Amino acid sequence: MVSVALFVAVFLACIVEAVEALTILLAAGTRGWRSTLIGGAAAVITLTVIVVVLGPAISAIPISYLRLLVGGLLLVFGVGWLRKAIMRASGLKALHDEDKIYAEKLAAARAASAEKRPLVGDWYAFTLSFKGVLLEGLEVVFIVLTFGTNQHNVPLAALAAGCAVLLIAGLGMAVRSPLARVPENTMKFVVGVMLTGFGIFWGGEGAGVVWPGSDGALLVLIPAVLAISLLYVKALAPRATFVEAGHVETVAVEEFE
Amino acid sequence: MRWLKSFGLFWWDFIVGDDWIVAAAVIVGLALTALLTHIGVNAWWLLPILAVGLIPISIWRLQRER
Repeated sequence: MVSVALFVAVFLACIVEAVEALTILLAAGTRGWRSTLIGGAAAVITLTVIVVVLGPAISAIPISYLRLLVGGLLLVFGVGWLRKAIMRASGLKALHDEDKIYAEKLAAARAASAEKRPLVGDWYAFTLSFKGVLLEGLEVVFIVLTFGTNQHNVPLAALAAGCAVLLIAGLGMAVRSPLARVPENTMKFVVGVMLTGFGIFWGGEGAGVVWPGSDGALLVLIPAVLAISLLYVKALAPRATFVEAGHVETVAVEEFE
Repeated sequence: MRWLKSFGLFWWDFIVGDDWIVAAAVIVGLALTALLTHIGVNAWWLLPILAVGLIPISIWRLQRER
């Protein structure tokens, strides 16, 4: 059960980040694909080095301390993702819109002056794609490492991440435009719920708690976090239209229900 | 030195994010849970209450800052 949840959480988190990285790559690519692809590849190599270096270091931590650390990190990340997702779902924050982000990145890429550097060619396209892929990928690397080492199954977490990247790369090559139809906001909500649920569970175990029902506690924790989050969305939605009247771009509470 | 500062700020932003209260509360919550279990109280209920309680507090703080 935990392995399936691990795969789903990493896969969804990676899909979300890969869609965002693709938008940046497509915008950078309008200046020249060679520099963009070199930047993207350099970022992937950097992320791989981080996994190779940090993976064994994290694995060397005793399991109780590891669970405390991993639980704490997942809780901080999870509450952050969930808070943003609830704010978006209730209308307190504009929904994540890949088309809009692409238009902004494209305008910035077209306005930037050309600066040639040896090996990479267009420096702007290189740095834009490098930073984009690195920053979007870093959180996924942390999720892969924390989930994977804690469950002693880094290969499964890496497989989930690899499947997500291949899927988005394939879709990106096929449609050659931002994947605005991927339900990113809903996926972020689900990832936030799962990170928070696992963070509570592992953090508690690391702190010495004995969960009623053992691993089965996750079957209560995750749905409970989801239910309470949906209640927050319901409670905040009317307030959002009052507080943010005229500033809410799209309110799509239905997408989350 | 500037590079070191940027490096530190990046990691602060990456881990702590836009509301430091969440990270601080998680650390306090974990420490309190560990303390309670150490003295014999199986405090499995503390982290779930903390997590779901933190969300509206953090939303309220972010809204107030805008």
